[in-house]
Amino acid sequence: MGNIDLQIPEVSIREIRLGSITGFQGGAEELVKSSRCGLRDKSRSFSQCLGCSTSQAACMVILVQDAAVISHGPVGCSSCFHEFAFTYRVNSPLRGIENPTQRKVFSTNLQETDTVYGGGQKLAKGIREVYERTHPNAVFVLTTCAAGIIGDDVESVCNEAEEELGVPVVAIFCEGFRSKVWTTGFDASYHGIARKLIKPAREKRDDIVNVINFWGSDIFKDWFEAFGVKPRYITPYSTVEDLSRASEAAATIQICPTLGSYLGAALEQEFGVPEIKTAPPYGVAQTDRWFRELGKILHKEEEAERLIAAKKEEYLPKIEELRQKLKGKSAYVTAGAAHGHALLSLLGELGMKAKGAAIFHHDPLYDSGSEEGDLLAQRVKDYGDVPNFNICNKQEFELVNMLNRLQPDVLLARHGGMTLWGAKLGIPSLLIGDEHYSMGYEGIVRYGERIVETLENSEFVKNLKNHAINPYTKWWLQQEPYTFLEGGNVQ
Amino acid sequence: MSGIIEQERYTCAIGALQSVVAIPKAVPILHSGPGCGNMIQGFFERSTGYAGGNTSPCTNFSEKEVVFGGMERLREIVSNTYKVLDTDLQVILTGCTAGIVGDDVESLADEFRELGKPIVSVETAGFKCSNFESHSLVVNAILDQYVSKFEDENPVRSEKNTVNLFASLPYQDPFWKGNLREYKRLLEGIGLKVHILFGPQSEGVEEWKRIPRANFNILVSPWYGLPIAEHLENIYEQPFTRFPNVPIGANETERFLRQVINFAKGQGTQIDEEAAEEFIKKEREAYYEEIDNLATFLLEFRYGLPNHVHILHDAGYVVGLSKFLLHEVGIVPKEQFITDNTPEKFKEQIVTELRSTSEKREIPLTFEPDAGKVQDAIRALSHQGRGLIIGSGWDKELAREKDYDFLSAAVPTPYRLVLTTNYVGFSGGLRVIEDIYDRVLSTYR
Repeated sequence: MGNIDLQIPEVSIREIRLGSITGFQGGAEELVKSSRCGLRDKSRSFSQCLGCSTSQAACMVILVQDAAVISHGPVGCSSCFHEFAFTYRVNSPLRGIENPTQRKVFSTNLQETDTVYGGGQKLAKGIREVYERTHPNAVFVLTTCAAGIIGDDVESVCNEAEEELGVPVVAIFCEGFRSKVWTTGFDASYHGIARKLIKPAREKRDDIVNVINFWGSDIFKDWFEAFGVKPRYITPYSTVEDLSRASEAAATIQICPTLGSYLGAALEQEFGVPEIKTAPPYGVAQTDRWFRELGKILHKEEEAERLIAAKKEEYLPKIEELRQKLKGKSAYVTAGAAHGHALLSLLGELGMKAKGAAIFHHDPLYDSGSEEGDLLAQRVKDYGDVPNFNICNKQEFELVNMLNRLQPDVLLARHGGMTLWGAKLGIPSLLIGDEHYSMGYEGIVRYGERIVETLENSEFVKNLKNHAINPYTKWWLQQEPYTFLEGGNVQ
Repeated sequence: MSGIIEQERYTCAIGALQSVVAIPKAVPILHSGPGCGNMIQGFFERSTGYAGGNTSPCTNFSEKEVVFGGMERLREIVSNTYKVLDTDLQVILTGCTAGIVGDDVESLADEFRELGKPIVSVETAGFKCSNFESHSLVVNAILDQYVSKFEDENPVRSEKNTVNLFASLPYQDPFWKGNLREYKRLLEGIGLKVHILFGPQSEGVEEWKRIPRANFNILVSPWYGLPIAEHLENIYEQPFTRFPNVPIGANETERFLRQVINFAKGQGTQIDEEAAEEFIKKEREAYYEEIDNLATFLLEFRYGLPNHVHILHDAGYVVGLSKFLLHEVGIVPKEQFITDNTPEKFKEQIVTELRSTSEKREIPLTFEPDAGKVQDAIRALSHQGRGLIIGSGWDKELAREKDYDFLSAAVPTPYRLVLTTNYVGFSGGLRVIEDIYDRVLSTYR
């Protein structure tokens, strides 16, 4: 693979590196097939606010325990970062952090004059001030649209500061305008971490497995016990020292290839840490495959088989019960790429009908280049096609139109802002924030129980429907949902 | 002030898109990078309104628009906005990308206006100023590009008892909805008709069209919003009266209402002074009935109540809360911190206003938008007795470190939900008291 090049400062964006797209309408099977022969993206002639790379990059570095973060831009570009400070504090008990420290988040606060004369000096001064004030073990510098367009040489400024201060100063190039796929921001932060923080292995640790994840509950500790290994979560709640030693692990797993694709591949290709390429464990069949692959990589095949057998004995009857309860129910899914595929697999496992999905983007293949990692392909193989499978980067107008048409029994979402319209249309809606919640055999049960609960608890959405405020025109709700997607027909 | 800052308590110019969201059935159209809307939504939280948040149209600048300009893209998005969304007013706000590239958004808005569309454009590139300042840019743009079209039906200063009120900045003041409602109720109580312009009490664009009719304007602000009052003075010769801080509790609310009554009389407004005084008296009596009842608790509660406070807020709240807490609650304002990036020229007035709080004591005041620095300053302070910090969500951690009580009353704050609560007025003062002692009492288990 020639996609990972740690010599250059900027990560290659997903559109170029992976051929990722943000516009598609059709079926899941069709998308899987056409993914293998090159996808062409489609643009929209109407669009609503997306997300951008900078906040995705930010969440991967702000939660590093002992680092400071500087957003090089106007204050607005770090406006939402307080939410990650909240996350860090609130989820710290899940990760055994007893005294979570305040997050150190700064902005270079670029002004109009800086856009004329450049913001490089201000950044240089800012890095030194932040160092003096917080004494972090690393400083991360996030770029923004303004810094990118005015052409500040952020890389050189960071390198000079690093030399002077003696701690890593990591430039992360995550300007919003560079990519329509905001998960490029994850890649950008991992690229910086792989370039500047991860050191060649000083020793090899058979007992440590890297887990690339967000800030979810610590489920891997229990799972890994059977294999005699421990998880090292990266990057949220890790330390700069932990990150530098990521190269020493026996293997890397990702809870979501949309998230960890780049770092998993970089660790394998540049530091020799094997990556489990099998798609993450959602649904029974995929969980079987995943535990087997984990056993294989760790040379603990028998342990894997024992674990699989024990867990299945415990959970399969419960899954069957849930199937009975959910028989005949339908759902619509909206989520970021891989997690959306995972939720569709769960629906398949629970015997529910997937009426459609709005998935934020599509990566034809991940950085590992392995087809085994394709969760959507697994979903289609294990549980069949998904109709109305659309790639839609949080375009609410399309979602509203589609939901209004399909009227599923439940809406399943993974990201904020998306459940509102399910509820306004009277459709019970469920968002689970903890990305580990529905993994493994027990996850199917946990998630299934929440769906049952959501379906039962419908009074609130029914009431809301009766009083919902709707800014969308009647005309729009009568059009085809993909009217404004290239090739659509605007009357 | 243009150095680096930690934990910003305001956002950039495009943050004033929330002032558009606050006008019933208006829609902000962002000509900006893809993440700007998301950032603003993340800053204020629960701030979607009618067509903000994920509903707002956006050109989502990509590399292509940065290189070739985004005018065609914007034209397409605007024309399709009319098909998809049912709105009364559209306001195009530019981000840094459009600002640096130099797209001529004004002429595009003109094109649509010529077709009869109620559309306005305003330059709000993030590096230009803060949202405290750009709120005025947005309002003045609406006045010039929209309200001015309806001047014939709305003769200037034709209604002697009508006023336009400019006070709480939508969303930046977490209590803006409740505060505006309370201002309106109070001013109606003394016999005025009020254009409140933002929030559910506003009649939307119909009310905006009637702005010229008002006899005068009321500005409640230490500094932000002043360009609006000055602009209206220029274009409609409407004079204005400015009250310098958020009026919280009985003393300041009475002072505010009397200032307005006196000003109104000078403008030929017909005020029934007796009725106005009767209204104030009733409000005051109801207020003191509560304070009277509460005083025993404040004086006698033997398990510990805060005796001093540090406030981190905008200038209007720092001054308003300090006055209120000292005189009406008995909590002494110690070092105070204004985090709104106050322009230099207004600082002296604000210092003077705070000084007027008490002849007995000096309240140390610092202007500092870098709230990380402010926190360090507070960490280094030590006072006798139990302390209280009033600030944003960031300060919850500081309060815990210092073992102080904490009231979240500024943005950004993920630790508190505010719907229609008001801190303004007599009732607002009572609410502040409830909030402080609710938090204090909840520490006893």
